[in-house]
Amino acid sequence: MDSHYDAVIVGAGLAGLRAAIELGGQARVAVISKVFATRSHSGAAQGGIGAAIGNEEEDRWEWHMFDTVKGSDYLGDQDAIEIMAKDAARTIYELEHLGVPFNRTQDGRIAQRAFGGHTRDFGKAPVKRACYAADRTGRVILDTLWEQSLSKGIDFYDEYQVLSLMIDGGSCSGVVAYELATGAITAFHGKAVLLATGGAGKIFKTTSNALASTGDGMALAYQAGAPLEDMEFVQFHPTGIYKLGILISEAARGEGGVLRNANGERFMEHYAPVIKDLAPRDMVSRCILEEIRAGRGIGGKDFVHLDLTHLGQDVIDRKLAEIVGFAKTYAGVDAAREPIPVQPTCHYMMGGIAANADGEVIVDAGGTPLPGLFATGECACVSVHGANRLGCNSLLDTLVFGRRTGVAMREFIQTIKAPKPSDAFRKKAESRMAELLATEGPERIGAVMTELQHTMMEHVSVFRHAEGLQAALSKIGELKERSTRISIQDRGSCFNRNLLEVIELGHMLDLAEVITLGALSRRESRGAHWREDFPQRDDTKFLHHTMVRRSGGAPQIFSRPVVITRFQPRERTY
Amino acid sequence: MECRFAVYRFDPAVDRQGRYQSYVISAEPSDKILDCLNRIRWDRDPTLAYRASCCHGICGSDAMVINGHVALSCQKLVRDFKTGNNFVIEPLPVFPVIKDLIVDLRPFFAKHRAVRPYLVANGESPEKERLQNSENQQFIEPALRCILCAACTASCPITRVNPDYLGPAALLRAFRYVCDSRDAQTLERLQALDNDNGIWGCKTMWWCTEVCPKGIPVTKCLGQIKRLLKKGDAHA
Repeated sequence: MDSHYDAVIVGAGLAGLRAAIELGGQARVAVISKVFATRSHSGAAQGGIGAAIGNEEEDRWEWHMFDTVKGSDYLGDQDAIEIMAKDAARTIYELEHLGVPFNRTQDGRIAQRAFGGHTRDFGKAPVKRACYAADRTGRVILDTLWEQSLSKGIDFYDEYQVLSLMIDGGSCSGVVAYELATGAITAFHGKAVLLATGGAGKIFKTTSNALASTGDGMALAYQAGAPLEDMEFVQFHPTGIYKLGILISEAARGEGGVLRNANGERFMEHYAPVIKDLAPRDMVSRCILEEIRAGRGIGGKDFVHLDLTHLGQDVIDRKLAEIVGFAKTYAGVDAAREPIPVQPTCHYMMGGIAANADGEVIVDAGGTPLPGLFATGECACVSVHGANRLGCNSLLDTLVFGRRTGVAMREFIQTIKAPKPSDAFRKKAESRMAELLATEGPERIGAVMTELQHTMMEHVSVFRHAEGLQAALSKIGELKERSTRISIQDRGSCFNRNLLEVIELGHMLDLAEVITLGALSRRESRGAHWREDFPQRDDTKFLHHTMVRRSGGAPQIFSRPVVITRFQPRERTY
Repeated sequence: MECRFAVYRFDPAVDRQGRYQSYVISAEPSDKILDCLNRIRWDRDPTLAYRASCCHGICGSDAMVINGHVALSCQKLVRDFKTGNNFVIEPLPVFPVIKDLIVDLRPFFAKHRAVRPYLVANGESPEKERLQNSENQQFIEPALRCILCAACTASCPITRVNPDYLGPAALLRAFRYVCDSRDAQTLERLQALDNDNGIWGCKTMWWCTEVCPKGIPVTKCLGQIKRLLKKGDAHA
């Protein structure tokens, strides 16, 4: 089957929906998502969205920009970060006008709270910059944008898995997708295609991410020859519930919660004397693991305590109800009375499909766009987060750049004619699916996926070294080979998860390889990428973006300069 | 420990009606029911179909019936049930089954759309945010917890007998916009709900409140709409 649109958007989280709203009513728009729109993982964002609107205390976008640059360990592109920090206030007011129900101050303005790495006056003290709706900020923004999009004449294709991008002659003219309910394969022809498919946390064993976070958009772009940027920078959030990885928002520390080791010490005071528990996530995650390595994990085990017992029932009920519920349901802990056991959990990909600030996918170090292909949100790398993203900058990223990408797509659509539709891509996808369905072999999907997740957790998570990364690389090679022999036991065409998981696994294996290769090539420590064999940041050799593209079937690494405008790299202490 | 699962199965390609299939797996008391389903699918039977994504009760994908109770499979643990490690897993009632535990939620979302679930504000937007009383924001806050999982609507005894009834989830969304002080169409919204398929379809049976996985006092919120209609007054 064939469908024709002006814009084809893949992914119905905040980035995709924000772009869709910009285009709705002015172009024929399809939004394709493998989960129903409101199930998108943007909805799991808890703590807030950053903007220097200064409702609680003095704040300036320049401070926000500085914090983001410093948080990125100077790897973020400062022109893009400036755009984001300047556009943040407008973005918040726009959300409010659309109906987002933010918490309010006593005088009725949007309430704000402190968040990790966000400071006043270039690092002097924490500042209240995160706008929030209790601890379900992502969820209420997702609901609001989705509900707004319902009146914009946008066609939603829920529960469709995208199989491939239609890239021919150096431009993109659509995607091929598989309908989960029927197994039907459709070519969605479009003048412009947007990838807004989110993250890939499922590559790691312990993660806050959803089952759907398998990096599909990144992998499809990579497989089609587009470069991925800075993939070695994987954020581990410091406070996942022990063993489960379920996120306990940084808002818990923003509201005054503290981390304690086995001796009851507030250990972050030693590592970050100025902002303590509100240090950026890369630092706090490393500090937790250092404490555990030094034998100060709780009961000698691999977790520490997040203590909220001094916050009082009122703060917990009004601002942290969701996470306290998670602690109760999954860990059996009453957070108002006892500490929550936590450990770092894979949370966010700083890297992604190389894109500029208008969401155009770029293909080389000079920034040449790939006509017709756009990327935004977590699956893209603009790069505003560099080597480490600050909390409450991801929602901002999705909305600022989601909107800008929507604007850019609208303009792009007007400049070109509809490409001549070809059915070659759909036919290729159909035969590949038929082949996959017929695969017989000794391997099982669950086993291969679990081995990948364990390998990445062991060798490519918070602490890395050459030997482990090499071991991971050869394991990934082995798993890639074994994955071709996974027997598909469900031959049906209705909600065939077995088949879908094999496709997702293929995506995760490609990304795992790129992440590991990037980590091996970056022989320094910067942001979330910590090499025990190279524990210093090395600006002479590595102040650049890592780019990996597939060339002749194999990954090829090159680099791209970092844009530095206002803030020269300095030592990063808090 | 050993757990026995009887899981509802229906494959539209071969089955004329549903059947139950039994699986014995090993599980810990702290495992989620969803973990158990994943284990069944990965280790025993890859053909089993169900929806799930976030795995911690925020995306709303995996409402189903567990031992007779409507719940999210990712929010209930093995230890939460005192049924001798025997579990019966079934799809949500009311909605047509597509395959196994997956139901067709299109009727559910059609009703959601019917309450016009978006803010309609008066006039030009100000340069900054509109002011909103913190008490007003807190008043609608319970409704903001809704994850559209359909557990309430599937459990409602009225929904089961009247397919045209909007149902608790859509009415809760209506409450959220009716009572939001920033919305300009309170009266129009209330009028649209003032009928037997709208708010008066609710007979205050409390099942919605009972099953809500987010602890929302759904029945009380719906009661607020009824009070406003009786009082002829808009904002709380």
